[in-house]
Amino acid sequence: MRDASPAKTYALHIGVIALLFALNFVLPDYHQGLFARIMALAVFAMGYNLLFGYVGLLSLGHAMFFSAGLYGAGLTVYHLGWGVPEAFIAGVACGALLALIVGLLALRTAGVAFMIVTMMFAQVFYLLILYFATWTGGDQGLVIQQASRVFSIGGTSFDLTDPTVRYMSALALFAIVLLVTLAVVRSRFGRVLVAIRENEERTKMLGYDTVANKLAAVVASGAICAASGAAYALLFGYVGSNFASIQYSILPLLWVLLGGAAATLGPLIGTLFMYYVTDITSGFTSAYLLIVGVALILLVLFAPKGIMGSIRERWLRWLT
Amino acid sequence: MHFGPHLLLAALEGLVTSAVLALTALGLSLVFGVMRIVNVAHGEFFMLGAVLAWAISTAISGHPAIGFVAALVIAPLLVGLAAFLAEWLVLRRLKYNPESTIVATIGMLYIIQQLALTFYGPEARPVEPPFSYRILLPWFGYSGYKLSVVAASAVLLVITWLVLTRTKIGLIMRATQYDRETAQAFGIPVERVYAGVFAVGAMLAAIAAVLIVPISQAHYLMGQDPLLLSFIVVIIGGLGSLRGTVVAAILIGLSDGIISMFFSPTLAKIIATLVVAMVLVFRPQGLFGTTPR
Repeated sequence: MRDASPAKTYALHIGVIALLFALNFVLPDYHQGLFARIMALAVFAMGYNLLFGYVGLLSLGHAMFFSAGLYGAGLTVYHLGWGVPEAFIAGVACGALLALIVGLLALRTAGVAFMIVTMMFAQVFYLLILYFATWTGGDQGLVIQQASRVFSIGGTSFDLTDPTVRYMSALALFAIVLLVTLAVVRSRFGRVLVAIRENEERTKMLGYDTVANKLAAVVASGAICAASGAAYALLFGYVGSNFASIQYSILPLLWVLLGGAAATLGPLIGTLFMYYVTDITSGFTSAYLLIVGVALILLVLFAPKGIMGSIRERWLRWLT
Repeated sequence: MHFGPHLLLAALEGLVTSAVLALTALGLSLVFGVMRIVNVAHGEFFMLGAVLAWAISTAISGHPAIGFVAALVIAPLLVGLAAFLAEWLVLRRLKYNPESTIVATIGMLYIIQQLALTFYGPEARPVEPPFSYRILLPWFGYSGYKLSVVAASAVLLVITWLVLTRTKIGLIMRATQYDRETAQAFGIPVERVYAGVFAVGAMLAAIAAVLIVPISQAHYLMGQDPLLLSFIVVIIGGLGSLRGTVVAAILIGLSDGIISMFFSPTLAKIIATLVVAMVLVFRPQGLFGTTPR
């Protein structure tokens, strides 16, 4: 067991949140928008990390949970005229329900079969979105109008199209999910998950119900990814089938590998790094996928622990 | 056209799909069976074969048959070389860890796709078939080339089967597949076998692509569907089982041809993918496979 120093760990995480809060006031407009997007997507990566980093389950289908949230929120706003908070909850509920169903089926398999099964379920989900194009807008997608992205809590009205409101909403979601995952991985439940990753047979022998624990992790991961998707739909006003494609199942894997699996801050670092690398390189080349491909291969070859993993190994041994 | 001839046409189209699919899936199945890794870039080797076939056949003037034959020989060799290098530079260093190799082959997928887009472009381009003989049936004329694709694929499948079961190379491959460590103890150069199998697997996909490219055009995104369908075939047929792969390819190819002629292709894909996912969940050894050791 690692030397537990909760005070230091929590201080670091709250420091990161405070830094992100302060950045809102200094960043230029373009980067403020980019950061809002990165924080919303870092939530996606955190949900992925919960399953991949801590339980050791490599899913190739997390785009379905993200897009369940995306469409769960987007379609209720678009077709049913729901308000922003209700739509967000609907999105998260859709993701959690889908994760429960997929988890019940996919957890019967392990290893390579688990990857392929999750990939196939995600493919079915993607094709269903295309098939029901009348409601989902198919690959054209749907644009959610500004009027339906305004909501009020306790008499104060929030307009999600306003850059500062958008940044703060993304930060709020990010902060909540970051602190919740931190608490989860430090809890008894979190330790059981790590025990499953390290040796499932032995964990089972010690009397833990590994299947129930894994299922809980899948549902939690799916719900977090759906929260990211729902926030993305509401903050940026667009839903499209592109977000359900296989590429969006691979991106969180890339972000987590880059940032460092099984490190709570890894997903943020990975997403931030990858977004800025693509942003800078897209200035002089359109070969964005080439960079993703080369990054994936270099990562598994030379830095399987990612940025945060390496930092933790060298300097911050107390970090969770 | 009446229902009967319509069905016959759909079945013929399905048979062509099956023939190409069987070759592609066989490559995937060999790599999985012997090396125990899932090659996500397999579809891109297929695409690379088609794109190279276009490049070679346009570079060679004269009768289309000369260019086609040249493509049929050179394109798979180049793809095999690329696969060999990928194995040597990346997969070997990962010690064939199943999860790392999946991530690495996803990386290869993106690299090959992007390079094809950069150097070949987003257009779909045709390759002229080596001959354009039409077989006249009582209800419709049917391309003789398409039927020759089926024949060529059948011959290649028989050759692969003979190599696997009747030659020393096949014996070495099966020994490596059965038990890697014992094979190594008996002096089999396991690493060289792995490199060879990975290259041959990619070459089978490339041959399938060269055969299909006069029928459907070469495009940089054409690797996606064969990859998914090959997965489906390999899983239904049972991983590492040659007979199962061929039977499953015929089953999937025919049903895909018939369902998409009478119903929506998207619906056909949804049903096929869902069925396969369920097979994998409830019968992981496939419909024809035996329980893995």
